[in-house]
Amino acid sequence: MSWLNRVRQSIPFLPKRETPDNLWHKCRECGTMVFTKEYQENLSVCPKCDHHGRIGPRARFEQIFDPGYSTLPQPQVREDPLKFRDSKKYTDRIKAARQSTGEQDALINASGTIEGERAVIGVQDFAFMGGSMGMGVGAAFVTGARAAIEARCPYIIFTAAGGARMQEGILSLMQMPKTTVAIAELKEAGLPYIVVLTDPTTGGVTASYAMLGDVQISEPGALIGFAGQRVIESTIREKLPEGFQRAEYLLDHGMVDMVVHRKDLRERLAKLVAYLTPQKAAA
Amino acid sequence: MATYLDFEKPIAELEARVAELRDTAAAGSLNIDAEVDKLEAKAEKLLRDTYGKLTPWQKTQVARHPERPHFKDYIAALINDFVPLAGDRAFADDQAIIGGLGTLSGRKVMVIGHEKGDDTASRIKHNFGMAKPEGYRKAIRLMQLADRFGIPVVTLVDTPGAFPGVQAEERGQAEAIARSTEECLALSVPIVAVIVGEGGSGGAIALAAANRVLMLEHSVYAVISPEGCASILWRTAEKAADAAEAMRVTADHLKELGVIDRIVAEPVGGAHRQREAAIATLGAAIGEELDRYAGMTGAQIRSERRQKFLSIA
Ligand SMILES: [Zn+2]
Repeated sequence: MSWLNRVRQSIPFLPKRETPDNLWHKCRECGTMVFTKEYQENLSVCPKCDHHGRIGPRARFEQIFDPGYSTLPQPQVREDPLKFRDSKKYTDRIKAARQSTGEQDALINASGTIEGERAVIGVQDFAFMGGSMGMGVGAAFVTGARAAIEARCPYIIFTAAGGARMQEGILSLMQMPKTTVAIAELKEAGLPYIVVLTDPTTGGVTASYAMLGDVQISEPGALIGFAGQRVIESTIREKLPEGFQRAEYLLDHGMVDMVVHRKDLRERLAKLVAYLTPQKAAA
Repeated sequence: MATYLDFEKPIAELEARVAELRDTAAAGSLNIDAEVDKLEAKAEKLLRDTYGKLTPWQKTQVARHPERPHFKDYIAALINDFVPLAGDRAFADDQAIIGGLGTLSGRKVMVIGHEKGDDTASRIKHNFGMAKPEGYRKAIRLMQLADRFGIPVVTLVDTPGAFPGVQAEERGQAEAIARSTEECLALSVPIVAVIVGEGGSGGAIALAAANRVLMLEHSVYAVISPEGCASILWRTAEKAADAAEAMRVTADHLKELGVIDRIVAEPVGGAHRQREAAIATLGAAIGEELDRYAGMTGAQIRSERRQKFLSIA
């Protein structure tokens, strides 16, 4: 009946055999052990301390969209243009990430409705090489924004990334202006661009499309910043303030519009989309 | 006293030997011209050979050379009647990014760039070229001003990166960089960017989302410093040379990748050895680039810039 119940019923339960490993979920924040099933039914939020766990694109789509959404095809990009290798080959890292996530790259788009309001949603997957922004992510972002323009609806992005994908060198940096052009196209088409910052969002992703939303939302407790905390500590030798670079800190400093609990996110997005979607031309 | 880089030691020794012989000759009447000529020729050849095959990590050292021309040197030599403009109108004036109006060989321009400083006091004043949010917000303000009055924008990029600090984060470092990049892409006047030293990550792209991106021959441009990349992927900053190699930070590679449009040659031995010549060559190149846009409409100029970044893949 309620959307929450529908989400509860539709969450795919991955464990085929219930081993002690995946039967329980241990909260990263408070260490509480919760039944995985109960944890997922609670939208991957710790029932004890409210810590918002990291979730991937599929779970996010299930939580936000009405039934019947469809994922958009992934754009093809050049692979490993630099023939990059550190301790491992980049191609091996991608292969491993694809195997473990079942996704092509770290940003997946889907199109559907939220409480009846049309939207295209892109979700960055931290589990895929730390959500890092390379050519695949940049191209998917452009695809998502253009699909929204095509459908005359908002583009909503859920960010999660350690930053740029270093293995693509300068080409990862070039995704900053590239995604910014896509946002400009969306805005010039008179359509809203909504950002939902999730844990963690740092580096070049924050310094481009994650900070250019018409409305900026964050999940509670999410780490959001430009520079990494260790880098800051070693540069300035200052102790970092309590709650530094957390969602609530950004709210206090005027960098986001609101911090929204995951259970309220769908409703809040639907309302914003309804407010901001251009009126249909009078018949 | 010239500063020599580690890999320039053999060159330094030869040049020292030449200077020593000259002193001896000046003191006595020994005729050692032939010997001096021979050594000078040898030093020159060594310099040419060394700089002809610099590794990416060596280029990184050259790009950071303390005597390499900086923003202020370019302004002094290339820009007539420079009128500096300060402040972001919200918080402060960030001296890591300087800008103002002037003329470049008769063309009106808005010049904006990073300044690293060249002695201890000025390095601190300019925060080593690491800008804070107010620096990017000043750049945005100046770009908007230029746009309103149809004045082309020239940016000179030379930064290790945006400043990583508590207050910078508090005031929205990421947002300031994102908006500055957005502003570059929104302009209806041409914007020509030159990486003159270090093009460090987001702190660089905020001023370099340009119609034409030029690089001085021995400059470097990267998504993260070689040391930063090495400490993350190799787990030790000592692998910086490997990281510089793997990331392809040099002008020739970036041109091949289609990320930059033009390489501006430096004098033999790098811009720091013949500063005036290096600066003049760059001035001429910027002038040529600006002239490409004569007769184009604002919409065409903006569209060209956007297409360029959309098509980098
Ligand atoms: Zn908990």
